[in-house]
Amino acid sequence: MKTVQQFLAAALSLLILTSCGAKSKNQTSDDGVVITAAGATFPLPYYNLAFKTYQQNAANDVTYGGVGSGGGIRSLKDKVVDFGGTDAYLSDKELANMPGAVLHIPTCMGAVVLAYNLAGVDQLNLNAIALEGIYQGTITSWDDPQIAALNPSVTLPKLAITPVYRSDGSGTTYVFSDYMSKASTVWAANKGTGKSLKWDFGVAAKGNPGVAGIIKQTPGAIGYIGSEYAFAVKIPSASLQNPKGEFVAATTATISAAANGAHAADSRQMITNSPAEGAYPISCFTWIILYKEQAYASREKNQAVQTLSLLKWMLSAEAQALTTKVHYAPLPTNVIEVATKNLDTVSFNGETL
Amino acid sequence: MKDLLFKKALFTASLLLLLIGAGMVYTLFDGALPAFDAFGFFKFIGSTAWDPHPDREAYGALPFIVGTLFTAFLALLIAIPFALPVALFTGVYYRGTKAAHIIGAIVDLLAGIPSIVYGLWGFYTLRPWIIESGFSTGGFGIFTSAVVLAIMIIPYASSLSAEFLSMVPNDLKEGAYSLGATRLDMIQQVVFPFAGSGIFASFILALGRALGETMAVTMLIGNTNNLPLSLTATGNTMASVIANQFGEADGLKLSALIAIAFLLFILTALINLAGKFIIKRFNQ
Repeated sequence: MKTVQQFLAAALSLLILTSCGAKSKNQTSDDGVVITAAGATFPLPYYNLAFKTYQQNAANDVTYGGVGSGGGIRSLKDKVVDFGGTDAYLSDKELANMPGAVLHIPTCMGAVVLAYNLAGVDQLNLNAIALEGIYQGTITSWDDPQIAALNPSVTLPKLAITPVYRSDGSGTTYVFSDYMSKASTVWAANKGTGKSLKWDFGVAAKGNPGVAGIIKQTPGAIGYIGSEYAFAVKIPSASLQNPKGEFVAATTATISAAANGAHAADSRQMITNSPAEGAYPISCFTWIILYKEQAYASREKNQAVQTLSLLKWMLSAEAQALTTKVHYAPLPTNVIEVATKNLDTVSFNGETL
Repeated sequence: MKDLLFKKALFTASLLLLLIGAGMVYTLFDGALPAFDAFGFFKFIGSTAWDPHPDREAYGALPFIVGTLFTAFLALLIAIPFALPVALFTGVYYRGTKAAHIIGAIVDLLAGIPSIVYGLWGFYTLRPWIIESGFSTGGFGIFTSAVVLAIMIIPYASSLSAEFLSMVPNDLKEGAYSLGATRLDMIQQVVFPFAGSGIFASFILALGRALGETMAVTMLIGNTNNLPLSLTATGNTMASVIANQFGEADGLKLSALIAIAFLLFILTALINLAGKFIIKRFNQ
C-alpha cells in the first residue's frame, strides 16, 4: 500500500511539474495558480470540458488526473492534491481515517442504464425483480411471463437472454448493485453492493465499451452501462419502474429528477431507487472531496481561495449547463443550495474564506 | 585503474538488477501475506471462492491457476504441429537457403507483434468464426484464447528449436546418409535423438511465455471467475484476473490479487528454470 502511495505521489508531482511547465508558456495573469486534482474517471469527460471552459475566463490552470475514485481518495489523504474526485462517498469509517474534516461537493449526475439488443423492440419495460431473475439465471428467455407482464403492448421474441456484466471493479457496478440491493431483498442477500460482485451467470467484459460491444454483437444480450457512455453511442436501453410505479426512461431530465426531495446536509447520499416523481431509479451523483480546513501541506492562502472559486463556479448555472453537452445531468437547485452552504464553511487557518 | 572502474561498474549494474529482482519477490510476498494469512496458503490455492461481498469476503486462486495451465498447455498442443515443421524446414531441410531465411524471418516477425494486436484480431476475426462454426455461442473462452496464444508462441518454439536442430554435427548426418539413410531416416535416427532435449526445452520456454500472456487473453477468455472445465468454458487466467480487477481493488481483495501475482511469478520462474536446466544439460 505504501509503495502505491509513493508511486501516486511521484506521478502526481510529475503531473504538477509538467503542468507548471505548460503554465509558464501561456500564463496571462500573475495571480493564477495551478489547481491539481485527481480521482474518478466517470465524470472525466465533463470535468475536461468544464475545466477547459473555466480556464478561458480564469487565470488558474486546472489539472485533473483520472486515476479512479480510490486513487482520488488516497491522493487527498496524502495531501498531494487540492481536491479529489470520487463516485462513492466516503463511509463514516473512511472519513474518520482521513487526516482532517472532508467535505463532499456533488458536481453532476449520471445514471446506469440497462442496454439491450432485441431487433424490433424499441420500448422495453423492466423492474428490479425481472433484473434479479435475469442476472441470477431464473429468467432465461425474453418471452418469460414475468417480462411479458411488464410489456403488455410488445411482442417479445423467444430468444435466450445473455446477461452481461463488468469484469473489472467499477463504480458502475457499485451504483447498479446499490439500486438492486435496495429494490430486491433477494439481491441484497445473494450479491449485495460492491464495485465487483460474485456472478454465476452471464458474460463479463471490461469497461463500458466492452459491455456495449458484447451487447451490440449478441442478439438477446442485456447489460448495465454508464449513461454518459450509452447516450454517446446511442444504444437502446430499458425503461425502469421506480418506487412510484412509473416506468421511466433514462434522460438527463429524469436523472436530475432523482435528486429532487430531501438532500443530506453533507451531500453524502445515494439516490438510487429515489422516491421522487418521474425519477429514473438508477441515478447517481459524483463528488469532489476537499478538506474543510485548507491550510495543509504548506499551501498558500491564494491556492485555497482559487480552489474555492473554481468549486463555486462548478455549481454555477454556466457550469451546470455544460453537463448535458457531454451526456451528464445537471444538479437540481436543492442540491446546489446544500453544496454551496457546505463550500461556505471552508476555512484557511480557521478563518472562513 | 580504468579496468578496475569498468569492472566495478559492471558489478554494480548486475548487483542492482539482482536487488530489483529480489525486491520484487519481497514486495509481492509482503503484499500477498494478508491473503495467505486470512485463507491459509494451500486453502487459497485450492479454493474456487471469489466473493467480494463484505460480509463473507473469500478469495481463492484455483479457477485462475486452472485457467492459466489449461490455456497454456492447450496452446502448446496446438503450437507443436506448426512449430516443429517450421523448425525442421528452416533448420534441417532447407537450412541456409533463401526460402528458409524468408520463412524464418516471417515467423520471427510474429514474435514482435504486440499482444494487443493479437487480441484485436482474436476479438474481431477469430471470435466471429468460432461463433459461425457453432463451436460455442459466445465465442469467448478457453479454446479461443488458446488458439491466439498458440500463434503467439509458435515463433518462440520454432526459432529456438531450429537453432538446436542446426547444431547437429554434419559428420553425424553425413554418416547416416553414407549408410543409406533417407532424409526422414536421418531425422528420426540422428537429428531427433541429438536435438530432442533442446527442442523439448524450447517448447517449455514457449509455455512459460503463454503462462504470463495478459492482454490478448483478457480480451478473449470471457473474464468469468468460474472453474473452466471444457474447451468452450469461459474463465480467467492468473494474469487476466489481475488486469481486470486491480484498478478498484483494495484491502483483502488487493492482497489476493498480489498473492495470485506471486504464484504466477513462482510458476513462470519454475517453468523457465526447468527449460534452462534442460538446455544446459544439452550443451554439455
